[in-house]
Amino acid sequence: MTFKQVALAAALVAAGIGGLAAAPAAQAQEQFVPLLVYRTGQFAPLGIPWADGKQDYLKLVNAKGGVNGVKIAYEECETAYDTAKGVECYERLKGKGGGAAGFDPQSTGITFAVTDKAPGDKMPIITTGYGLSQSADGKVFEWNFPLLGNYWTAADSIIQDILKKEKGSLKGKKIALVYHDSPYGKEPIPLLQKRAAKEGFDLTLLPVTAPGVEQKSTWLQIRQQRPDYVLLWSAGVMTPTAIREAQATGYPREKMYAIWWAGSDHDVKDIGAGAKGYQTVTIHNTAERDKVHDEVKAQVYDKGQGTASDPKELGAMAHTRGMVISMLQVEAIRTAQEKYGKGKVMTSEQVRWGLENLNLTQERLNELGFGKIIRPVKTSCDNHLGTDWSRIAQWDGSKWTVVSDWYQADKSMVDPLVKEYAEKYAKEKNVKTRSCTP
Amino acid sequence: MFYRETGQFKTSYAADQQIFPVAQDRYAVLAFVAVAFFVVPFAVSDYTFQAVLIPFLIMALAALGLNILVGYCGQISLGTGAFMAVGAYAAYNLQARIEGMPLILALIGGGLMAMVFGVVFGLPSLRIRGLYLAVATLAAQFFMDWLTSRAAWVTNNSSSGSVSAGPLSILGWKIDTPVEKYLLCLGILCLLALAAKNLVRGAIGREWMAMRDMDVAAAVIGIRPTYAKLSAFAVSSFIVGVAGALWGFVHLGAWEPAAFSLDRSLQLLFMIIIGGLGSIVGSLFGAAFFVLLPLLLNQVPHWLGLPLSTATATYLEHMIFGALIVFFLIVEPHGLAKLWATARQKLRLWPFPH
Repeated sequence: MTFKQVALAAALVAAGIGGLAAAPAAQAQEQFVPLLVYRTGQFAPLGIPWADGKQDYLKLVNAKGGVNGVKIAYEECETAYDTAKGVECYERLKGKGGGAAGFDPQSTGITFAVTDKAPGDKMPIITTGYGLSQSADGKVFEWNFPLLGNYWTAADSIIQDILKKEKGSLKGKKIALVYHDSPYGKEPIPLLQKRAAKEGFDLTLLPVTAPGVEQKSTWLQIRQQRPDYVLLWSAGVMTPTAIREAQATGYPREKMYAIWWAGSDHDVKDIGAGAKGYQTVTIHNTAERDKVHDEVKAQVYDKGQGTASDPKELGAMAHTRGMVISMLQVEAIRTAQEKYGKGKVMTSEQVRWGLENLNLTQERLNELGFGKIIRPVKTSCDNHLGTDWSRIAQWDGSKWTVVSDWYQADKSMVDPLVKEYAEKYAKEKNVKTRSCTP
Repeated sequence: MFYRETGQFKTSYAADQQIFPVAQDRYAVLAFVAVAFFVVPFAVSDYTFQAVLIPFLIMALAALGLNILVGYCGQISLGTGAFMAVGAYAAYNLQARIEGMPLILALIGGGLMAMVFGVVFGLPSLRIRGLYLAVATLAAQFFMDWLTSRAAWVTNNSSSGSVSAGPLSILGWKIDTPVEKYLLCLGILCLLALAAKNLVRGAIGREWMAMRDMDVAAAVIGIRPTYAKLSAFAVSSFIVGVAGALWGFVHLGAWEPAAFSLDRSLQLLFMIIIGGLGSIVGSLFGAAFFVLLPLLLNQVPHWLGLPLSTATATYLEHMIFGALIVFFLIVEPHGLAKLWATARQKLRLWPFPH
């Protein structure tokens, strides 16, 4: 066979398959939810369970009949945590299926880039537990929703836990922040500096160059300076490396606090007993298992439709967070339907209204099977964050146990920062602040 | 049959020395540019603009800049990402710090800053060459990575180290739709490509090429190595800097230091190697290859309806793309531009080859 014949045959086969695939198009009313994910690259260990969680919950919603009968359609797009690729995915999916119902970009960098485009496209950006901390201010950031918490609330909760351990005084203590050297890792710094000034502790900033597999010098500094606590703002492959280095330098793991993205089962499982004592802050109570896990198990995994290759992933913290994010988005669609018509496909603007008027009561959360995972959340025009809660979970060598009570960030710390940075953003970008008084 | 220059007589030096001496070429290129300016804006979707054409145009511009340095002057550089970063951050700072800074001036300012930076990091080229120079330019890359993530003033004290460009407008022309952004990039690319083409055809371009082919011989016939090499660094960095500013301002809108990482430098170097070293059109081919092909490969499983998982599709994309690079380098080591030149040569004799 000559090259020409091979090429011709290949083209024919491709055309044939293409013809077959084109047939089942034009389905009934479906709400399209785009899924930006990273299943490859340096953050893949975190990205995979997260993406699985998001998709699993959507599958559960569909198995239960959709949102008032409207099924959810979804499509994944791989970003590899790369901003340029993320922008391409956003552009590709934003108009699909009659318009996307909001994006969860899964990356601080991509969030920054799409935040610019969102107002023009009228596209809600949902950044549960990450993104621009100042976007909690709904007056400036009409389209951003950092629901349930951001890096400032997380950092504040961690400091509160440390304060409790130190009996209320941090005078003269040393706290080090080991962070991924990217917008993601730098976000908590303004709040920590503010807290340091108030409580009188020393804040040492120790950046780690991406992807974070080389941390020898960082931990050498920790060995020399012996900080009382280490906060870890890492993700993906950086986290296990940091724990191993802590182990090697003999830094006590129970003095380490990780942000939620650095606190899931995949981060510590392989290290096992070596990570014993390692602590992480959780968004609300995502270390908990609840009814929703059983439902996903029964209605998705037992039918062989689970997204994760191993059903044991169900209940991993990163997976649960993925489900929480999807749940919030679906509930926003449901809230929007209550105003704009049940059983209809919502536009992105209507979904935005739903996100802004989200009111998840305890009864509703119990009904959804998230009652133990999340506390009631209510958003409003000027508060796009809803209600932030967090707890501290600790790895005991084989599983996570919640060791602290509920924390809520100190409003007198976080709110002025949100206001200051949001105003700065509005000025830089020439954004008109909208009024929230009707 | 249609593509031959028989009967096209040149009666002046100017006619003989024009960029496209063959009339058919001239008309084809003019028609192509006309289509790009007047037809494409009405014909394609926003997605195509935002995800395909704008990144392609900007990458083509950066590849063009790099090609002047590597392809024409023979100085291998691994610091392209850094030069782009200088352009982007300088333009950002000009816009953020000076009230009412016009966009065009910010872009040019970004290019000029990159030019200064390029000349400084081009100084080692006077003493070292080849792979050693490539390693020296790598220093520029690491220096910028360090500066953009460590020095707070570079990002105007942004808490996260991520910066975002303000609204774009030129002389009252508000550039906010994808079409307008496309036209802006296309206009800048056309202008700079024309300037670059004229530079490489002129005395200075000949100096660069002499330097590339054999620097000792070039020095013997009276070409100043300092001037030739540094001017190549300056011109190249200027174009790359403008491309970097466009990448940040127009394509991403908001960016972090990772947008101009070493990956970007390597990608651009591969672009011009695949596209064709020492060829303006080769830069365009290379950029097209690197921007369009991965997108195409990424979409193919979707079009075919293959039930591949996202991760598998991504890995497949990488594998096929890598295989294609190897394939093209084996078929034509001088790049796509050489393939194009061969095709043109064949076309002149078609349909009666010897």
